[in-house]
Amino acid sequence: MATVAEVNLLGAVNLALKRAMTEDERVIVFGEDVGVDGGVFRATDGLLQSFGPKRVLDTPLAETLIAGLAVGLAAQGFRPVAEIQFMGFIYATLDQMINHASRLRTRTRGRLTCPMVLRAPYGGGIHAPEHHSESTESLFAHVPGLRVVIPSTPADAYGLLLSAIRDPDPVVFLEPKRLYRQVSEPVEDDGTGVPLDRCRVRRAGSDITLVSWGAMMHETLAAADALGADGISSEVIDVCTLKPLDTATILDSVSRTGRLVIVHEAARTAGFGAEVAASVAEAGLFDLKAPVLRVTGWDTVMPLPRHESAYLPDAARIVEAARRVMAYD
Amino acid sequence: MASAADLDIHHTAYLGPDGEPLQALPESLSAPESLVALYRDMVFARLFDTRAIALQRTGRLGTYASLLGQEAVGVGVGHAMRAEDVLLPSFREHAVQLKRGVQAEEIYRYWGGDERGSDFAGPKEDFPVCITVGGHTPQAAGVALAFKLRGEPRVAVCVMGDGATSKGDFYEGLNAAGVWQLPFVCVVTNNQWAISTPRREQTAAETLAQKAIAVGIEGEQVDGNDVVAVAAVVGSALAQARAGRPALVECLTYRLGDHTTVDDASRYREDAEVSAAWQRDPVARLRLYLTNQAGWNKDREQALLAECEQAIERAVEAYLETPPEPVGSLFDFLYERLPEPLAAQRKALLGGDRG
Ligand SMILES: Cc1ncc(C[n+]2csc(CCOP(=O)(O)OP(=O)(O)O)c2C)c(N)n1
Ligand SMILES: [Mg+2]
Repeated sequence: MATVAEVNLLGAVNLALKRAMTEDERVIVFGEDVGVDGGVFRATDGLLQSFGPKRVLDTPLAETLIAGLAVGLAAQGFRPVAEIQFMGFIYATLDQMINHASRLRTRTRGRLTCPMVLRAPYGGGIHAPEHHSESTESLFAHVPGLRVVIPSTPADAYGLLLSAIRDPDPVVFLEPKRLYRQVSEPVEDDGTGVPLDRCRVRRAGSDITLVSWGAMMHETLAAADALGADGISSEVIDVCTLKPLDTATILDSVSRTGRLVIVHEAARTAGFGAEVAASVAEAGLFDLKAPVLRVTGWDTVMPLPRHESAYLPDAARIVEAARRVMAYD
Repeated sequence: MASAADLDIHHTAYLGPDGEPLQALPESLSAPESLVALYRDMVFARLFDTRAIALQRTGRLGTYASLLGQEAVGVGVGHAMRAEDVLLPSFREHAVQLKRGVQAEEIYRYWGGDERGSDFAGPKEDFPVCITVGGHTPQAAGVALAFKLRGEPRVAVCVMGDGATSKGDFYEGLNAAGVWQLPFVCVVTNNQWAISTPRREQTAAETLAQKAIAVGIEGEQVDGNDVVAVAAVVGSALAQARAGRPALVECLTYRLGDHTTVDDASRYREDAEVSAAWQRDPVARLRLYLTNQAGWNKDREQALLAECEQAIERAVEAYLETPPEPVGSLFDFLYERLPEPLAAQRKALLGGDRG
């Protein structure tokens, strides 16, 4: 039964959760306020009503618990989808994610596994209070055994989340909350997943490669439009799965364009852009006609809302970087 | 002034340090054969431990955490559990693992640096040891939640040290067990030390058992050097938990050895304290009881030791003869299917192109 619905990213997450819970009774959803309240952003709206209290559970306010529950449930054959209310509160899960979820399969040589999803809204741009706007995806991307997945469109949020839930290993699924309600598009709720571990070429182009993910995809696409107006053709890549990184798609693009700008809203130092740049330096250096540039958040504390726009990269900064790269012959 | 809560922590003991019964033994544990079986498991665990240390000292095992002095806790808990329950042990709980059917050579393998040691042939759903102190408490709540959601009469049992009770994840796991009335039992092996930190410096709480009260679950204390008390009290805690009433059992014992084979406990505790603790040795205690009450004698003791030593010898041989695991295994269990970007790394590891 495939229906096409016009949904925003939040609605797409909700659709995917419903689809996953319908098709597989091992899928259960839990977290803080995900039940009666449907989640503070309403990502889990209606799930409790549809699937009942045995499959949609409000937990005590305890993030280490939420991740630990997921590990225990996953080892027991459930497919837990746990919500962390905001990424700023995800750090209490690190012990469970790094020391346990990511390595349970390795530690037991496959006897126990951890097919869990840890969902969290992340990133800035909605004028949220302190600790509600950070973008610390590279913390997780550094951890062997995890997957880190970030959608940037409603259709991908649907398809990638379905794939994440079906994946036999732990996935950290980060939802750019700035995009939750920003754009809608028709999403076919037919249960088709979008493959993990693959970058998506959002726009084909020949002069420069722009690589980004999450909310920055939209700034990047806007920058590509502006560059296009000046006759510069940008290939825009949406990383989608940060870990493991599909370097092949990026290298292929760079081999044709010879120019690369990486855009992310996280702080620059040891941000995931460094990994992308290093991969290109290792395997694509001689394809480059210009230095690789990064357009990122500053290496500062994420400011409170008044200075948020000074922190977050925007299309203008991306265009400027692209022009600098284009200035090399 | 009215009282807002009635807080009471029971302490249970059946055998005194001299092996004399303090009260009638519970019926299920009073038969000499049952007690001899428990005694055998304690002797086996101790021999396993002695041998592990010897292997480490001769360079054939890695750093190892000795269970010396805590045999009654592990054997008692293992005795009380059913096969279908799930154990989440901390790193010192070899005795309960052995009792659960984990093979001695598997445990040697793990401490010998080989992940295959946690791929138990026996209790398939038991967790590998938890090295991050207390980290397995919320996981045990997850396992217990799985049982509850499926309506299975099974219990998740996590076992940890006194140090773990100072941690937030310990509290979070326990708290969830209370909120959801999970089939969950937390056993605290209070061996009085967390490396060099004595029990009194972990918490001002009078008992560790009372930490259960804060989360609304049952908390009890037992003499952890009395295997009968451990088996009986954990046994009833398990029965309660199976009916949806989680519990915490604090077992008072003593770590007679160093924290691990790389520790030197003489840096932080007096010999006199350790000698005094030997007076409460759980193995000697049960032997005295059996000698006085059940006709245990030198011949039977010798026969038992010989049988256990042979079994340990076979385990050591099996361990030492384990063929090495191919090095590609570094990658082979990372994900169900190795992602393509990692395939190149695996090839580099195996193929000489290490760039
Ligand atoms: C979270 C964490 N912190 C510190 C350590 C290092 N460490 C290993 S064992 C230990 C003491 C544990 O004491 P306790 O919980 O009483 O268990 P015991 O060693 O007595 O069995 C410490 C500090 C660790 N493994 N995990
Ligand atoms: Mg201790």
